[in-house]
Amino acid sequence: MDKETLNTPNINAVKTIEDNSEQNINGKKPQKSKSPFQLALRRFLKNKLAVIGVFTLIVIIAGSLSAPLLTDHSPTKSNLLMVEHPPSDEHLLGTDQSGRDNWSRLLYGSRISLIVGFSAMFFTLIIGIILGSISGYYGGKIDNIIMRFTDLILALPFLVLALTIMAIVDDISVSLFVTIIALVSWPNLTRIIRGSFLSLREQEFVLGAKAIGASDMRIIFRHMIPNIMGLIVVNATLMVAVMIIVESGLSFIGMGIPQPQPTWGNMLTEALSVRILTQHWYAWIPPGLCILITVLAINFIGDGLRDAFDPKSNQR
Amino acid sequence: MYKYIIRRILIFVPMLFALSVVVFALAKAAPGDPFTTMLDPNVDPEVYEERREAEGLNDPLPVQYYHWIWSTVQGDFGESLIYNGRPVLDLISARFLNTIYLGLVALFFTIIVAIPIGIYSARNPYSWLDYFATGFGFFGLAIPNFFFGLLAIYFFSIKMGWFPSQGTISGTDVAGMQEFFDRLHHMILPGITLGLAGTATYMRYMRSEVLDVLGSDYIRTAKAKGMTNRNVLYKHTLRNALIPIITLMGFEFGVLISGAVITERVFNYPGLGTLFLQGVINRDYPIVMALALIFGVFILVGNLLADIFYSVVDPRIRYD
Repeated sequence: MDKETLNTPNINAVKTIEDNSEQNINGKKPQKSKSPFQLALRRFLKNKLAVIGVFTLIVIIAGSLSAPLLTDHSPTKSNLLMVEHPPSDEHLLGTDQSGRDNWSRLLYGSRISLIVGFSAMFFTLIIGIILGSISGYYGGKIDNIIMRFTDLILALPFLVLALTIMAIVDDISVSLFVTIIALVSWPNLTRIIRGSFLSLREQEFVLGAKAIGASDMRIIFRHMIPNIMGLIVVNATLMVAVMIIVESGLSFIGMGIPQPQPTWGNMLTEALSVRILTQHWYAWIPPGLCILITVLAINFIGDGLRDAFDPKSNQR
Repeated sequence: MYKYIIRRILIFVPMLFALSVVVFALAKAAPGDPFTTMLDPNVDPEVYEERREAEGLNDPLPVQYYHWIWSTVQGDFGESLIYNGRPVLDLISARFLNTIYLGLVALFFTIIVAIPIGIYSARNPYSWLDYFATGFGFFGLAIPNFFFGLLAIYFFSIKMGWFPSQGTISGTDVAGMQEFFDRLHHMILPGITLGLAGTATYMRYMRSEVLDVLGSDYIRTAKAKGMTNRNVLYKHTLRNALIPIITLMGFEFGVLISGAVITERVFNYPGLGTLFLQGVINRDYPIVMALALIFGVFILVGNLLADIFYSVVDPRIRYD
């Protein structure tokens, strides 16, 4: 009994996808068709790499959330009597130059890396959506001003602009860091969103919405943005990966999240010393691999989402 | 087309001006001035004010900007605050070529790897090399360049001893061809590290571009006329597929410069990237300003060349 109730909806779901058109032609009672999002979800789940990516990311997030359960050591407390110890039962990955436990730093470091990655994406997304939709929807003078501004920011290399701003501000906290990164990286997304708004603006449904007197805000948020939701989700996902790399790179050269706060990037800073690099591989290879695996997983998810939202794209 | 090029160059000038204003504004937003670090904190505030007045730091901002841009255009970037007051121009010119060479090695690596493999992948989709290239693409885009650089040093210079791990030259006693090869030897690992992400990107672009062109009607026509596969590839496919790729390379400057800052740090390579990073860490604003301006000009010129190149190479595009 239980089993049946569980199975039935699934079978129906499969049928709906496969036989949707046929059933209508045969004059059978048409079943409720799937929304574009449900269709995309099905395509996404069929993509093996994307599903592997999701599982990997879940494991990494679970690891960072349960850090206190997986280690008893503090990630920030240094112990000068325990400097640069090799791996042992007590310290799984040994200790760093200040006697801090590397395993604990790896676990807690993932929190900062992920928080920075996701929140920098979030802020960039907000700026990009607002400016991109204003620019693309209204066009004209506003569009010109915003676009010249993006040109200007894109005229400086990303890292150079970010580093110059960081040279100006004093103490860098996580929130300030995220703000700077978002302020430097919005132009690309703004251009993408503006581009699709420019073409959407000319379509009949927007004209229709205008004709019945919908406000600009309503047209933008209820009619146009849902239409480019796929594009936004894909770009947002891939952006998280970029942000994680940016954070780790800046922290690595000592201009990101400062010590003793651990991040994967600033754990690798120690490897700039040849002694650590050659003799203590356990201190720097694990955080590097963590960045690589996390970014790979997110990129797999992003590519899976792109193929799911736009089935034509993977034929190219 | 000529109209387009002229218009494009005319846009370049105000962009250059705006760039210099941004760099100037960033430097002015920085706390303190040269004297807060150069002068003894116990110096009489009146003396301090006199020095500020003499240096024009109390002038209105537009006047200061005018003085700054005028001396910059003449090649006077001011003096470094930490290198014993050496002129910024000397510091930059001592390292300028190192970074250019490094960028060239990276570009060379990108081109000789990405383009042939991209073409092969497109002509033999789903072959083992195509899968390998796809995997390499994912890897190259996901690995942070500093981690790749550290791994490269660990395996290829420390474990295997094939390449030097830092610097640009082994000693002062090498000369002539020997010097050339020695420098090249030093640039291989940093060059590959710097070019890795670009290689992965262009490999993907090249594959999809060639696949696109191979599916077009004029290729079918060429084949139907009995043209050999080789001729179809070189005379029709590549000429069309390479246009967007070469154009994209014009936009590669920014990526290379950002990458150089980190790569040069990993390999202790004395280039503009390390100079910039030191400037940022030491708050040496004259260096930071000068380099930000130079990097910006590089990118603007790169974009300009890419746009002009595009309009020249692709006659199908009409500009109104």
